[in-house]
Amino acid sequence: MSMVLAFLAQTLRIAVPYLFAAAGGVLAERSGIISLTLEGFMLGGAFSAMLGSYWSGNPWVGVLAGLAGGLALGLVHAVATIRYKADQVVSGIAINLLAVGLTRYFLKLVFDSSSNSPRVPGFSAGTSTTALVSGLLHNPLIPLGLVAVPAVAWLLYRTPFGLRVRAVGEHPEAAATLGVSVKRVRYVAVALSGALAALGGTYLSLDQHQFTDGMSAGRGFIALAAIIFGRWDPMRAALACLFFAAAETLQIQLQAMQAIPGQFVQMIPYVLTIVALVGVVGRAVPPAALGRE
Amino acid sequence: MSDAATASPAPAPARRARVAEALLPPLVALLVSVVAGDLLILAVGQSPGAVYRLMLEGTWGNAYGFAQVLYKTTTLVCTGLAVAVGLRAGLFNIGAEGQLAAGGLGAALVGLALPAGTTGLIAIPLCTVAAFAAGGAVGYVPGVLRARWGAHEVITTIMLNFIVLAFLSWILTGRLRVPETVHTHAIHAGALPRLSAWWAPFHGSAANASLFIVLVAAAATSWYLFHTSRGYELRAVGLQPEAAESGGVNVGNTWIRALALSGALAGLGGINFVLGYEHYYEEGFATGAGFLGIAVALVGRSNPLGVVLAALFFATLSQGGLAINALVPKQMVDALQGVVILAMAASVPEVRRLLTLRRRAR
Amino acid sequence: MTSPGAVAPIVRMTGIAKRFGDCQAIADASLEVAAGEIHALVGENGAGKSTLMRILAGLFPPDAGTVEVSGHDVTGWSAAEAIRASVGMVHQHFMLVPPLTITENVILGREPRRGLSIDMPRAHREVAAAADRNGFRMNVRACVRDLSVGEQQRVEILKTLVRGARILILDEPTAVLSPPEVQELWRVLRALRADGGTIILITHKLDEVTEISDMITVMRAGRTVARFPTAGASPASIARAMVGRDVALMTEAPVPQPPAAPRAAAGGLEVRHLVVAGERRARAVDDVSFTVAPGEIFGIAGVEGNGQSALIEAIVGLRRATSGEIRLGDRDITARSVRERDALGLAHIPEDRHRRGLVLDFSIADNLILGRQREYDRRGSLDRARVLADARAAIERADIRPSDPELPARALSGGNQQKIVIARALARDTAALVAAQPTRGVDVGAIEQIHARLRAARDAGTAILLVSAELSEVLALSDRVAVMYGGRIVSIVPRAQASQETLGPLMTGAA
Repeated sequence: MSMVLAFLAQTLRIAVPYLFAAAGGVLAERSGIISLTLEGFMLGGAFSAMLGSYWSGNPWVGVLAGLAGGLALGLVHAVATIRYKADQVVSGIAINLLAVGLTRYFLKLVFDSSSNSPRVPGFSAGTSTTALVSGLLHNPLIPLGLVAVPAVAWLLYRTPFGLRVRAVGEHPEAAATLGVSVKRVRYVAVALSGALAALGGTYLSLDQHQFTDGMSAGRGFIALAAIIFGRWDPMRAALACLFFAAAETLQIQLQAMQAIPGQFVQMIPYVLTIVALVGVVGRAVPPAALGRE
Repeated sequence: MSDAATASPAPAPARRARVAEALLPPLVALLVSVVAGDLLILAVGQSPGAVYRLMLEGTWGNAYGFAQVLYKTTTLVCTGLAVAVGLRAGLFNIGAEGQLAAGGLGAALVGLALPAGTTGLIAIPLCTVAAFAAGGAVGYVPGVLRARWGAHEVITTIMLNFIVLAFLSWILTGRLRVPETVHTHAIHAGALPRLSAWWAPFHGSAANASLFIVLVAAAATSWYLFHTSRGYELRAVGLQPEAAESGGVNVGNTWIRALALSGALAGLGGINFVLGYEHYYEEGFATGAGFLGIAVALVGRSNPLGVVLAALFFATLSQGGLAINALVPKQMVDALQGVVILAMAASVPEVRRLLTLRRRAR
Repeated sequence: MTSPGAVAPIVRMTGIAKRFGDCQAIADASLEVAAGEIHALVGENGAGKSTLMRILAGLFPPDAGTVEVSGHDVTGWSAAEAIRASVGMVHQHFMLVPPLTITENVILGREPRRGLSIDMPRAHREVAAAADRNGFRMNVRACVRDLSVGEQQRVEILKTLVRGARILILDEPTAVLSPPEVQELWRVLRALRADGGTIILITHKLDEVTEISDMITVMRAGRTVARFPTAGASPASIARAMVGRDVALMTEAPVPQPPAAPRAAAGGLEVRHLVVAGERRARAVDDVSFTVAPGEIFGIAGVEGNGQSALIEAIVGLRRATSGEIRLGDRDITARSVRERDALGLAHIPEDRHRRGLVLDFSIADNLILGRQREYDRRGSLDRARVLADARAAIERADIRPSDPELPARALSGGNQQKIVIARALARDTAALVAAQPTRGVDVGAIEQIHARLRAARDAGTAILLVSAELSEVLALSDRVAVMYGGRIVSIVPRAQASQETLGPLMTGAA
């Protein structure tokens, strides 16, 4: 029984960053702005959180710092794509590279290291089996992460803002004729996506009590894969996140037995995304105005 | 809007204005990155002037530095051409990272399979073709996925990056690698000579003869795009697919052809490291070159000549980072890369908008 | 000027000008609408009617002029302000979000709240009540994409009514309605008028104008040219004001005589029992059959949206037919690709030259070889010299200006761009030509030249299928005339028996 519990606990811990990023990404994409940026937001959030915790000695300040970092990067993407009409794919890639570059630069500048920061106050409580369960209780970002997606789902489907997001992502002209500011809705959605994805990164750095170069390690893309696999619905995207996290947990536990090469388990989220785009032709349909001006 | 659609346009931009529209965005991007660089340099308490001067001295100011610039340019020309060809067809190839790695392994596999001592006249072309073909095979997949099933290549190429890199890693750790390392054994044949064999001042640098192969490839790409009927079709599909379709062009096949060629060009970049430098395939031998290829293609305006120049620029930036490392963390260059791409993306539509406003005001 | 004691107009727009990019949509327009009247704003495509009303509805500001509503100067107001001031607009292309329900579409922007969330039960109740009040039968929980066109339009009207619209603007509302749905719409409009509302109706259908409106304003080429009461106006007088001297140009052309000795060439285009699916309907082309003989111009008249686009795309090879046959000469080309049909001698002038006809960023010369580029291959490369030489010859023959073959097509006027498309279509001996809206958006001088080229091609033996929304153009060029309505060919007559009077009712499905 404790093995199952340990498996679930580890899956949830692995899923938290995906859930945060997917929650944010769904919001931005449903408003019509392509979000290849989740990786960069996550990395930026991880670094900002580490910095905040380092300077204040308080991990909660780290959380706020992480939010601020994500908001800042989100606004950069929003301004570039909404005000300057930059190509959203290119802007996304640029933000990712910018995050990598800036975090590396300041890592070297502040801590004189090209790989990692010193240890900072964080949230987790170790990695042994019993600690996994207690870890769930001690790290407030874990329950926050589990709540992030349902919160976005509520926002999207039950609030006026969410209705406007959905309208703007499908038929912006219709919303405009009714006096809804398409730009304002998108700015808010993208800024929120930055903040949420950054919380995913915040979880990573505060859980490990340090920032490592490139520590987001492609999780932002897995979150994007989950969004597409979940057909742009927050709850389905969350299920995809849990599924990918479970596969990853399985791989870690199987690695000891070396049953399947780790590289193939790594591929699972990405192969599934392609399958979602192809195998269910027409059904993985993005918001109609996604990527358009 | 039917009202606007039926009126005739004012005289289009004169040639000079069209050139402005093409060249201004890279200049704006350059300006923005200089400003950003200044900020980052000042944050360390250094003087921008001193840093930029040191950067130039370390790259174009001495033979070794310049040779290193040439070495990095070689790979970037390939990935830049790859993205540029895709863009010309209206497609976004974000998969150059994986295609480049696949090309490198392809060249290494052939180089390992050939008996030792095989003459370079046979070995080099074989290995080069292998690199080209491996990259092309990887590029072919998203082409088919888009043509047959409408799966957007932005997502599929990103996904394939991860899949291909993981797959190559598996092949490598399977049986090919030298134990305790992440690289293969040295190839038996197909090695390319270093440039230092002809120019002694380049001694010690990685620059090698693959540069010439790559420049020929750039010229060939230019010829293909602008002087052949297939290239015409590719460009027509990229500019106005519905008009091309009405003209009888098979849009789907054109997409497949474009992405396969794109992948092949990225794969070609693998010969720089594998045949010309270390003579074995190593995991991560060109990490980041694929994404940088996007910047190169954008700044080079998807034109092969522009790509070569832009590749030189980014290679200079990269090598320059090493030269200034004593004063400013070389990671500054990584940050500037992102700034340049963002500035390019934002300035292209903005420049067009401002030029149109100016034209109409006359 | 209004006389003392008379009520001020509820809407007054004066001296309005507006341009978009390189196009002057409105040069000098004005409008005066009295409260409680149904006011028709008429004019041809491109006259500026939609743009003028969008300015009134607050979608964008005018470059010049003033807008007054109920005596207040509201020039340049926003859509939100217009809505608050009881101005509502139903657009030609519906502004509905397909995956959302009727209720969600109606409440968008003014959602009833309970705490932080939307009070959906209340929203459904209120929208359903509003629908009932206005005599609309609708299930407010249904998704808009599942509704018929008529139902969607009613949702659009409801959107304006729940926001308290007292001034309702409708842009070409009957373009997509069947005759019974049109009568239903009239019922709603009359009820609104009886309730004290004001209605502005944009339309180019003259029979509707006389049927429903009280007052008429006519616009032509971005200017207001006439304003008079409907009582006492005839469709002919309205048409004269709408079209001006252009009509004279078209009707002056002599009624074409059938060629003395029809060429005996094999060829001709034949369509048998063709069924083609459209975007929204399974049978956009519903069992259509006709033949176009070599050396004749067969013109299909009809209002856009009756299946013409689907028919053309099927014949040319851009869309697969559901069933039926297409023959070119003695060959069955139903399953052939676009390229194969072109090689067999079927040429196409697309109805949207910017989308389908030209690659605007390519040069004139490059556009002239589109579709034939492989023929210019010589030892692997494109023979640039030959491309340019052929281009110069084509430019001269078609009188394309400016005449530099290296200029990008974008630099030319609409008429000259169209000449490129036509020159390309007629570059070789063509067995059959499908010409869709060949003079749309083309200046008057170029129209003459294009018509002359079509006649010349006809005389040389080409079978020409002409599809045009301009009845006068069909009448000016065709040897035989057909009318397409609701996906079917409802009549085929020789030119001598065709006229505005006989064909007009057929085009609106009235006969």
